Amino acid sequence: MSLLQVNQVSFSFNSKNLFKEKDQTNKILNEITFTIEEGTCLGLIGTSGAGKSTLGKVILGIQRPQQGQVLFQGYDIYNADKKTQQKLRRDLQVVFQDSYSAVNPRMTAERIISEPLENYEKLTLAEKRKRIIELMERVGLSEKDLNKYPHQFSGGQLQRINIARAIALKPKLIVLDESVSSLDMVTQSLILELLTELKDDFGLSYLFITHDIKAAFSISDTLGVLEKGELIELYDSKDQFFSSKHPIVKRLRDSTLAEHPRFRTLTTKANWITTN
Amino acid sequence: MEANERDIINVKDLHVQVKTDGGSSTLVQDINFGIKKGKILGLVGESGSGKTVTSMSILQLHDKKKMDIKGSITLQGRELINLENKEMRKIRGKDIAFIMQNPMNAFTPVFTIGHQFIETIRSHTTLTKKQAKQLAIDVMQSVNLPNADKILKNYPFELSGGMLQRVMIAMAASLNPSVIIADEPTTALDLHNQLLVLRLLDKIRTEYGTAILLISHDLGVISEMADDVVVMKQGRIVEAADVLELFDHPQHEYTKKLLRTRPTLYSQKQPYTYML
Repeated sequence: MSLLQVNQVSFSFNSKNLFKEKDQTNKILNEITFTIEEGTCLGLIGTSGAGKSTLGKVILGIQRPQQGQVLFQGYDIYNADKKTQQKLRRDLQVVFQDSYSAVNPRMTAERIISEPLENYEKLTLAEKRKRIIELMERVGLSEKDLNKYPHQFSGGQLQRINIARAIALKPKLIVLDESVSSLDMVTQSLILELLTELKDDFGLSYLFITHDIKAAFSISDTLGVLEKGELIELYDSKDQFFSSKHPIVKRLRDSTLAEHPRFRTLTTKANWITTN
Repeated sequence: MEANERDIINVKDLHVQVKTDGGSSTLVQDINFGIKKGKILGLVGESGSGKTVTSMSILQLHDKKKMDIKGSITLQGRELINLENKEMRKIRGKDIAFIMQNPMNAFTPVFTIGHQFIETIRSHTTLTKKQAKQLAIDVMQSVNLPNADKILKNYPFELSGGMLQRVMIAMAASLNPSVIIADEPTTALDLHNQLLVLRLLDKIRTEYGTAILLISHDLGVISEMADDVVVMKQGRIVEAADVLELFDHPQHEYTKKLLRTRPTLYSQKQPYTYML
């Protein structure tokens, strides 16, 4: 049995327009089907407006789709009874792009990380503190940072706290919605490295949503391309992605930037001759 | 990258300190670079390395009561540091245009784009409203923005981020500036829009001969666009070289690390190493 099974999921927003006779329906997702196995990472690539984040929300149980099912560990997350739902939610965590708005600015790092523990586990204060310190150290922060507030951290550090919170309950699946997109290149590679380590250590599965092909490649086992609400193709390897003939995939490939100035396609190097 | 009379803009021994209660702390020091006509200088560095402080110094946007700016910044031979605010306002937008990272925040939401576009043009020229509007439409058409007429009537929130960034570039180019400072112009955009924006910047520099200071932490952007590159770390320039030279033979340890650790598509996956 797969960890996560998404079956024929369709989602659309109905916008009621006061001035127009007909209501409009915007189809965001169209019959999406895929599975994520335990311990693997699915990278989902798409341009903005492709429906990546909506798909993430559908999987997290925040947006109920009009059609289709989301099966997590064999249970339908939208039609399970409350008790099962609560149990499932424990194994399903998320890390967003904007690390600062994902935390309460009035809480210290300790309280931010302790929230999921308080919700799901009955621990004594000492045990809780020990767990939090372990988590902080696991993501590369130290005990000193426990009493700091979000504004005292940099974006990368705060993203580490978000990751610590997400792994606090040892979940099975983490949805990473553009989690590394707003970080600079040094921090980005450090966070990607951390995520890969955690995946191997805890046997985590990821749904890695991004528009950055390079980041997706470095962490994913399988890759999917989403465009206008349709899952175009799934690839098991880089080679498959590169040999794909699909026009959308080709366009994506063409819009990646050169890694070395010698291979640049956008501009010709300095052909401007200074006059005067 | 020595000081040169042919440089359009030249920064020499720039030293910025911020005054605090506990004494002053240095933000950037010993910054030297120059940009020639039609060239693109890439400024690379992680967050907090002083990239934006440098660009703000060129525009003289720092609060002089709190900041202590030393050194010399010349625009076509004219000293900008300690220039009177009234004079500086004539230069900003006219001779030095600025493109910000987040186009959504760069426009005021309460006026139409046309209003803001025309206001910018008219505050620097003696054109009438009608002429200014015509100029705006002409520039937008020359940068391949469709329906320029309609866009001018839109409010900023009615356009997508990529579109808005292109409008901002059109605005920057409309007065034919000699220098454009582009501070992370594509970080907030997806791949396809990134490509369009970069093409546009290249078009502007080849057609108008504008010198561009391109600030980015994305080495892909740098390798596509820049002619010369300056690498900054903790407020200092650690390496400055021709773009090919920098990618082929990085001299400084930090540059080597940057090149080694970035996520790549084509070459073998390299293990990330902790760098902090």
